[in-house]
Amino acid sequence: MLNPKLKLNPKIFNSDVEQASTRKGFGEGLLKAGEENKNVVALCADLTESVHMHLFAEKFPKRFIEVGVAEQNLVTVSSGMAAMNKIPFCGSYSIFSPGRNWEQIRTTIAYNNRAVKIIGSHSGLTVGPDGGSHQMLEDIALMRTIPNMEVFSPCDAIEAKKVTLILAKNNKPSYLRLVREKSPIVTTEETPYEIGGAEIFWMPDVGLAKVGIIVTGELVYNALLCAKELETEGIKTKVMNLITIKPIDKEAIIRLAKECKAIVTVEDHQIAGGMGSLVAEVLAENYPVPIEFIGVKDKFGQSGGAGELLEYYGLGVKDIKEAVKKVLKRKTS
Amino acid sequence: MIILNNEKIRELEKKANDIRQSIIEMLVEAKSGHTAGALGMADVFTLFYFHILKHNPKDPSWEDRDRLVLSNGHICPVLYATMAHSGYFPLEELKTLRKFGTRLQGHPHREYLPYVETSSGPLGSGLSQAIGMAMADKIDSLTVSEKSRYIYCFMSDGELDEGNTWEAIMLAGKNRLNNLIAILDRNNIQIDGNTERVMPLEPLADKWRAFNWHVIEVGGHDFKALNQAVKEAQEIFEKPTIIIAHTIPGKGVKEFERDYKWHGISPNKEEAEMALKELRDRRPI
Repeated sequence: MLNPKLKLNPKIFNSDVEQASTRKGFGEGLLKAGEENKNVVALCADLTESVHMHLFAEKFPKRFIEVGVAEQNLVTVSSGMAAMNKIPFCGSYSIFSPGRNWEQIRTTIAYNNRAVKIIGSHSGLTVGPDGGSHQMLEDIALMRTIPNMEVFSPCDAIEAKKVTLILAKNNKPSYLRLVREKSPIVTTEETPYEIGGAEIFWMPDVGLAKVGIIVTGELVYNALLCAKELETEGIKTKVMNLITIKPIDKEAIIRLAKECKAIVTVEDHQIAGGMGSLVAEVLAENYPVPIEFIGVKDKFGQSGGAGELLEYYGLGVKDIKEAVKKVLKRKTS
Repeated sequence: MIILNNEKIRELEKKANDIRQSIIEMLVEAKSGHTAGALGMADVFTLFYFHILKHNPKDPSWEDRDRLVLSNGHICPVLYATMAHSGYFPLEELKTLRKFGTRLQGHPHREYLPYVETSSGPLGSGLSQAIGMAMADKIDSLTVSEKSRYIYCFMSDGELDEGNTWEAIMLAGKNRLNNLIAILDRNNIQIDGNTERVMPLEPLADKWRAFNWHVIEVGGHDFKALNQAVKEAQEIFEKPTIIIAHTIPGKGVKEFERDYKWHGISPNKEEAEMALKELRDRRPI
């Protein structure tokens, strides 16, 4: 059942569940952050509407800076603005930022310890028709390895809005991973969220779970669908939403592993260096249990619809279910 | 800006000579580091820290201070030596350059030495950071007047090979950042040799002009001309200004001058003694 404490969307399993993209949630959050604090500024590299920065740009034209198609300049100028006590949100597609400008982010933002907010939209396979060149599958790995950097990957538009408002206040270099496609709204305005806290979205009605599914981003919805189907087959699972990839909630992950003794991780990202790798690092050191990784297996994407790509690369609901059954067998054998 | 009379110039010349001696002493002790650019920029640093910059070594985080961003962090021996001579920290500390536990990291790091405006080293990103600072001040509607501050960026000619630098140059021109003044160390050398052989930069002044900057070319060891150039830059109201300062790499030690080999190495004991003697002999009275 859905965790009743979290006030998740009661319509989540209905066919008419409301859908919105995380980038849209970010855009609304940025506007609100700008209204709340005049030091919030936004910078964009020729993708203002795509990254949903237009709401902010229209309301605060003097606090919006268009740098053109120049992602290296985007983040370094942001660093200079943060040095003067501005709170810069700089947006592009994640394939370009942090894809194009990683060293500048490392040196001028993280090493400098400047509280710039790097907004990477259009992440993952779900960019779909644009093809493999634009499907960013390495950004979690790139960003979580930089000291001082915090990394967030929200599961829906509401969560994206909440985390944006927190980023405006956390005073840390931060990366926010967003996607283009609409996805079902999983949470509600009342769902609690704080940095570093990983919440259990799905749990058995009674008794202990046999497998823990840890998932980040818009695939949280698919993981919930999977958990519901597995329940009808008599397999009890818990689903953890890992929005904060760094700082990682080690205690929550260890607690889940101790209860379930088997873990499946799910992310729209390369398995190498991604969220699943991070979970494995935590568990290998603290409480080793069998883990199955759902993610892209050392491959580039290609053109196609979001759904068909997720299935082709082994990230579909069916694949998550199979991984759960596989890890169950490894646990008992 | 205070007028630069002959007495003040003589004082600056002495100071620059002292700073050059400190640079040699630091580098020989560190056994590694960049000699040519540090010596070449000693006059520019001296003029700024002892005449132009609005700063207070006793209150380094003073909010209204001018900001000086050093983009090519590898010439930091001259930055550290000038800061020490200005009173930011004891001269003794200069000998810790590049050693474990030092505040004087091989390339500047503001977490270790908070008096520097940015951590730097990887080339091509300093001008962008200075632009961010200048734009932040523009948003706050600080107008350029006697009371307001300037954002200065010291940069090298070698880092003009970086694409990031040209992205920055475009943006500053677009936004007419007249509170931004960049000083380019035009010493014509980089690690692999002469700049015009590695990657030709000329016609350099024309390039900056084409990107809507005000350009001033000046001798980088001429205090009077440099001071005049900064004064002119401050009077320009429509554009950012680039002062192309023609410097001699290794300036002050004949053996090191104009030789690109001295870009990235430090002197050994004998070379350092020779250099220090030459500098002491030439110190103005």
